[in-house]
Amino acid sequence: MSKGKIVAGVLAPHPPHLVYAENPPQNEPTAECGWENLRWGYERLRKSLDYIDYDSIVLLSPHWQTYVGSHFLGVPLFKSLSVDPIFPNLFRFHYDMKVDVPLAESIEANARAAGLVTKMMRNPDFRVDYGTIVSCHLTRPQWDKPIVGISSHRLSAYFNVDTMQNHMLKLGEATREAIEASGKRVILLASNSLSHRHFVSESEVPEDMSQEHITHHGQYLWDMQMIELMKKGRSREIFDLMPDFTEQTMAETDSGALTWMLSALGFPSYPAEVHAYGTVIGTGNAIVEWRHEGQEALV
Amino acid sequence: MSEKLHPIRRGFVLPGLPHPLLCPEKNPGWQRLRDGFDQVREAILATEADLLLIYSTMWPSIIGHQIQARLESKWVHVDEQFHDLGSMPYCFRGDPEFAEAHRQAAVERGLACRTVDYHGFPIDTGSVVAQSLVNPDNRLPAVMISSNVYADRAETVVMGKAAVDALIKTGKKAIAITVTTLSNRLTQSFIEPDQDRIHSLKDEEWNRKILEFLEVGRLEDAAQLSRQIQREARVHKVVNFKPFWWLSAVMGPHNYYSGKVYAYEAVHGTGSAVIGLERASNAARDLEFDEDNPETYAGDRNVLGPSLLSLKEKGV
Repeated sequence: MSKGKIVAGVLAPHPPHLVYAENPPQNEPTAECGWENLRWGYERLRKSLDYIDYDSIVLLSPHWQTYVGSHFLGVPLFKSLSVDPIFPNLFRFHYDMKVDVPLAESIEANARAAGLVTKMMRNPDFRVDYGTIVSCHLTRPQWDKPIVGISSHRLSAYFNVDTMQNHMLKLGEATREAIEASGKRVILLASNSLSHRHFVSESEVPEDMSQEHITHHGQYLWDMQMIELMKKGRSREIFDLMPDFTEQTMAETDSGALTWMLSALGFPSYPAEVHAYGTVIGTGNAIVEWRHEGQEALV
Repeated sequence: MSEKLHPIRRGFVLPGLPHPLLCPEKNPGWQRLRDGFDQVREAILATEADLLLIYSTMWPSIIGHQIQARLESKWVHVDEQFHDLGSMPYCFRGDPEFAEAHRQAAVERGLACRTVDYHGFPIDTGSVVAQSLVNPDNRLPAVMISSNVYADRAETVVMGKAAVDALIKTGKKAIAITVTTLSNRLTQSFIEPDQDRIHSLKDEEWNRKILEFLEVGRLEDAAQLSRQIQREARVHKVVNFKPFWWLSAVMGPHNYYSGKVYAYEAVHGTGSAVIGLERASNAARDLEFDEDNPETYAGDRNVLGPSLLSLKEKGV
């Protein structure tokens, strides 16, 4: 069996507003428009990924929150209705997804061997979180690739961002090793926004773009700083700045998703491709691709 | 308002983790919690309440406050952490009329508030556990209220008062239930049921202090201690520890209560307690309180701006 590989890593944020505005048949509410810059960014990402052959998608989502260990979806099929608890008016999505259970089990076993607390999720009644669904739908709306869903172990809340990062370093390495052993070609998704201080009210028409802007200038400055580092291939510095960035912008990087992915990629020193940046209810969101295949020497 | 006419008949603090519902037989402490829930069910049966009012710390909201308004909510729920314990099928009866009245009252008091009425809306584990155990036959409709992540005391108190406004307006009487653990730090590894202990001595001491207060009916005293509880015994997932603010706001911000601790046990390291409060003619303590008693919510104050008094003096 040939060695598996991570062919790409993607920062793939999950505001449900983007699915809402796409008006896919799976989503019950419909929109007039909205957040086109980010949706066009996801279009560019999809076109880019169309040139890659891959077997599975592995992602870590902030909205499957676990406080005891990292958990992994471990049931082959999930079919249900996901309703966003914050924006049920925008996102009520009928999903039907396959899970790459062998790969999930392999990542879990590697993580456990590395000393992390882990658990497989085997309950078929489990409802997949909307972060996983949104990121997967916007990346691959055909839903023809099996996924591996990983929970966000909320160490940032229990302890601090440094503790979270230590955990995610190991989880990322365990992920990479499992993928290499699997023989599979895999895309990683870090399903998170950047700055995340969001509005606490909603406009009467949610897709009224005249109301959309970054919550605070300081958030924007920080987002641009982090994106600049991505564009310059300085991912180690992203890791180093993560505690300050997370604290000062309430960034969704507190989930560990971005750290996990950069660790799995080996902290690439090649430039990432920024497909888009935009705000959703005040949060900063970037769609960024690390085309990893062929770049493995530059980590 | 005369306490005899107050629309909240009794109040309860209930823990929200699924163990007492799904597997009480695995740990004697979980069984004692389950027994406590059973006693609460009986206590509720003995009242003439029209509905359950449930404020759950496990239902976070960020766009203002949310109130469940669906007439019938039916689903099979699985806890995202303790999924291995099993599934929780439910079918709960709501009170859309009251939910709307509560929303209106909240808006009139300055809050951002909306009702939610969607099939498949994810009702949180705590609300599912509480209703499944204390209202299993849906004898009473239940109105569930979210806990806004960013809300501090003023918003939470005003939201509680809005609930009372709505009860008065609709002529209904209610049981107030807040779903929360006391200390909420989970043991950071998977343990066998017989290994369950409160996470730390510090958590245990603070839990005992809270129980001491509530057992003698010192509800407002406990509420005034909320910020300290947040600092000492809570993982800082949200702005502050709110359930006692809400409970004292809906029941009445004083200490004229008698309390009963039905059970207090560890559930995966957290301090989980089943506590009941009912009105009493005497207060265990009659102290001045440090924090004020807002009637409306006027937004967050700009602490770096001019004082309200100086603005008033200037005729602004």
